[in-house]
Amino acid sequence: MSTQQSLPPNPVETLLRTDRMPHIWCPGCGIGTTMNCFARALQQARLDLDKVVIVSGIGCTGRVAGYAHLDSFHTTHGRAIPFATGLKLANPELTVVVYSGDGDLIAIGGNHFIHAARRNVDLKVICVNNFIYGMTGGQVGPTTPATALTSTTPYGCPEQPFNLPHLAESAGAVYVARWTAYHVRQITHSMVEMFRKSGFCFLEILSPCPTLYQRRNRLGDGLEAMKYYKEASVTRHGAPTKEVALSFQGPIVVGKFVDVERPTYLELLNQQLARALEAQYTGCIEEHVRG
Amino acid sequence: MPAETKPPDGAAEMAATSRSRRPRGTIVLKPERCKGCGFCIAFCPPRVLAFSAGFNALGYHPPELIRPEGCTGCDLCGLYCPDFAIYGIMLKDSAAQLADAVRGEETA
Repeated sequence: MSTQQSLPPNPVETLLRTDRMPHIWCPGCGIGTTMNCFARALQQARLDLDKVVIVSGIGCTGRVAGYAHLDSFHTTHGRAIPFATGLKLANPELTVVVYSGDGDLIAIGGNHFIHAARRNVDLKVICVNNFIYGMTGGQVGPTTPATALTSTTPYGCPEQPFNLPHLAESAGAVYVARWTAYHVRQITHSMVEMFRKSGFCFLEILSPCPTLYQRRNRLGDGLEAMKYYKEASVTRHGAPTKEVALSFQGPIVVGKFVDVERPTYLELLNQQLARALEAQYTGCIEEHVRG
Repeated sequence: MPAETKPPDGAAEMAATSRSRRPRGTIVLKPERCKGCGFCIAFCPPRVLAFSAGFNALGYHPPELIRPEGCTGCDLCGLYCPDFAIYGIMLKDSAAQLADAVRGEETA
């Protein structure tokens, strides 16, 4: 192994708790791929890793907080965004990343998601969408496409799924992008843009779930899903988010859909307190919170 | 033997003797982490990877570099690998660094 010391290390290795490897994700799962992109984005954005915090909820993607060698917190189901909001308000210097799955962020944490977007809390929300509740056994979720088979919809999902970029934009997110696990360079680029932007940033990453979603729908393994993403994806930057809804094995519109400026929650709060308290206000909300 | 099927240690010699045939990059493997998803093999732009015949402790076939002279060190395998088992590096002019890389790969 001494011969390898002269080589540049794997960029993701510095981000990993290597004592916990190999991880529990299935062969062909795309979550690890998104972590590679995240590690490289952190490097490219030259962030101080002591000031980067990663918050996850429950689920397969929720394990990211446990594997990332950063200050990380694994919250209760759906509560990643409220915890992250508290972190950001108490310590505005931090770059707070919420890294979680579709079931955690949009189903159980759906209410928190829309309100954090509405307030424009400065969070970088990365949602790995595998269309299903993975860790609990493949139940139907709010992102499961209509007609897809899951363990709780054996005759096919009868519901219309959420169009996540449209939901995020409607609720007030200032940055909305969607890529698939196949688009590794684009994911990295979007993550760097999110790190440099303030406000509620939302990145949806479609990712294969070979064990539950692919297998039950007879869609092959993780590699087959990646090939589908490659063939079915159409990049349309700035596309109206209303038109980017997903369907079962249908075309996938990817790209950066929204990139606008709006004052963040913290800025508005500071302005209001400065107006109301005038000379008493130190300009720093956390000092007032701590007393 | 055609250049395509040269073994990795042949690549090191080639790098030392001929600048024109020198590989631009190589891969570094941690085979014990590989779960055989095949992403690196399918999406390698110069198509220099293939499943090896051997098994790792988890029972999967890790990839191997079958055409070392074709590797550009683009690190796309490193970006795709969901198990953090492989990454690519670009080699500068040092033949010693390449020899190290090749040796490291064999012992890893």
